[in-house]
Amino acid sequence: MSEGPKQVPEPPAAPASPTPVAAGAQKPAKAEPKAPPPPPGPPDQAPPADMAVPEYIAAVQADLPGVVEQVSFWVGDWTVIVPAGRLVEVATFLRDRPGCLFDYLSDLTAVDWPTRDRRFDLVLCLYSTRLRQRVRMKVRAAEGDAVPSVTGVWPAANWLEREVFDMFGIPFSGHPDLRRLLMPADWQGHPQRKDYPLEGPGELLMEDPQDWLKARQAAEADIE
Amino acid sequence: MQTEAPRPMFDTDELVINMGPQHPSTHGVLRLILRLDGERVVDCDPVIGYLHRGIEKLSENRDYTQIVLLTDRMDYVAAATNNLGYVQTIEKLYSIEVPRRARYIRTVLSELQRVASHLLWLGTHAADLGALTVLLFALRERELLLDLFEEYCGARLTYNAMRIGGQPVDVPSGWDRKVMAFCDVQEQKLPEYEQLLTSNRIFMERTKNIGIISAADAIAVGLCGPPLRASGVYRDVRKDEPYAAYDEMEFDVPLGVRGDTYDRYLVRLEEFRQSLRIIRQAMQGIPEGPIMGKVPRMIKPPAGETYHAIEAPKGELGYFIASDGKSMSPYRFRVRPPSFCNLQALPQLVKGHLVADVVALIGTIDIVLGEVDR
Repeated sequence: MSEGPKQVPEPPAAPASPTPVAAGAQKPAKAEPKAPPPPPGPPDQAPPADMAVPEYIAAVQADLPGVVEQVSFWVGDWTVIVPAGRLVEVATFLRDRPGCLFDYLSDLTAVDWPTRDRRFDLVLCLYSTRLRQRVRMKVRAAEGDAVPSVTGVWPAANWLEREVFDMFGIPFSGHPDLRRLLMPADWQGHPQRKDYPLEGPGELLMEDPQDWLKARQAAEADIE
Repeated sequence: MQTEAPRPMFDTDELVINMGPQHPSTHGVLRLILRLDGERVVDCDPVIGYLHRGIEKLSENRDYTQIVLLTDRMDYVAAATNNLGYVQTIEKLYSIEVPRRARYIRTVLSELQRVASHLLWLGTHAADLGALTVLLFALRERELLLDLFEEYCGARLTYNAMRIGGQPVDVPSGWDRKVMAFCDVQEQKLPEYEQLLTSNRIFMERTKNIGIISAADAIAVGLCGPPLRASGVYRDVRKDEPYAAYDEMEFDVPLGVRGDTYDRYLVRLEEFRQSLRIIRQAMQGIPEGPIMGKVPRMIKPPAGETYHAIEAPKGELGYFIASDGKSMSPYRFRVRPPSFCNLQALPQLVKGHLVADVVALIGTIDIVLGEVDR
């Protein structure tokens, strides 16, 4: 029963539709003119001129001169951008200094901006359970650059860094157990990168079910 | 006289066993690689990712309005709070003012959700420890809650109950009376659970002094929600960074003393009462007015990044969203799942305990694997 209707469209489809690999290779070429060019990076808006930086950021600027590359303020969130080499130093300072006491690592994640020189933003969301304040710390890293691990400062970073390593391929130096976390151990590639296709490498996105079905049937015919 | 060294009576090699991923007490597809010395756990390595569906990647390819639906599928026993965290993050990024009535409805929904989530936790946790009656009792009350949710938004599990800028529908007529009636029923049923568990000797033996974690360790390892409060840390996003209508509500934050499994049970049990208190206040004080704020037809937030956290039933649920200001979908969509961060503490909790306690400890941290793996 199911063979009948399948057989009818297949003979014209099989020669016309390309093999799945070729179809996968064609897809980006077709989609490229539609997609706008990726932005170079996050805006990292500077705080308004009449706004004073909070005490904990002022403390970092005063006690560790030259470590804060940029201060940003957006919708109520303060962010400091620091060089990767001094990440652990700033992290320890923020955790231990009396006015800061950021003892709780809320989140550690990354953002990929592929057109930029240092394409990755590593974002750490810190919270102080004693002073009830928040700050974000940001580090920029290029492809393949190792970023020092903050597991020594906040043990909570362990799995979060493993996830970032898994999803973005940022290696962390000094991490006690750097393995993939969510993806299988033998997986190739890093899924959260912007150049990793949503459908997975070599797969077909079902944008048009008819095309997808034809390509799928051609692939099955190939295997047989 | 000595002829030979005394031989150990038993084999002293450590044994590595695999628990899960298909094990009823792991609450989903969690696999634990346990290293045992006899009955004692020497080391534990959780293996996750069996339920990884790429929700973060998927969300970066969907419109802002379509993502609410995806957030339902993370913590699927607490979908309303997942929705709330997401829509509030976009509202923050976009600086949208939400009408007061909508904020009250959101408060009611998220507290009803907390009760539903805690009921499921209570039932499964007690069932893991052999008290099957509590599971039946808890699911009986949860059924009433699911009916309330069904009446509000039409769904029983994946609610899709919130929109960017407000609420999709107003409360149905008569719904407030039903919610109040549910609060009365739930209040009466709480002593029933307590009677079955709180001073039950078997339950106490299985939970007291099991998985103790100090306040400093709990903060360092990133515990959140009831497990963190059971260690005596006053940390509740509803109090510290109020959202929705929580700044107008009166409620207490229960804290534990020892930080063991029994304290985590007591903290959650008290949270039932506090949640009912909030629901009653919000339902009585609900103001008249619109339920939808002024939202642009095309949701396209200005370029920028933000992190926003709410107190989900399982702990601090955070969303980090980056917008490039040009496209209709977020440039980066990141979820900070509370279950993930709580599960990370499991190896520390189980060390030195018996294999049977591993079951109790998986229950006590209250994980949902849909949220851990996303």
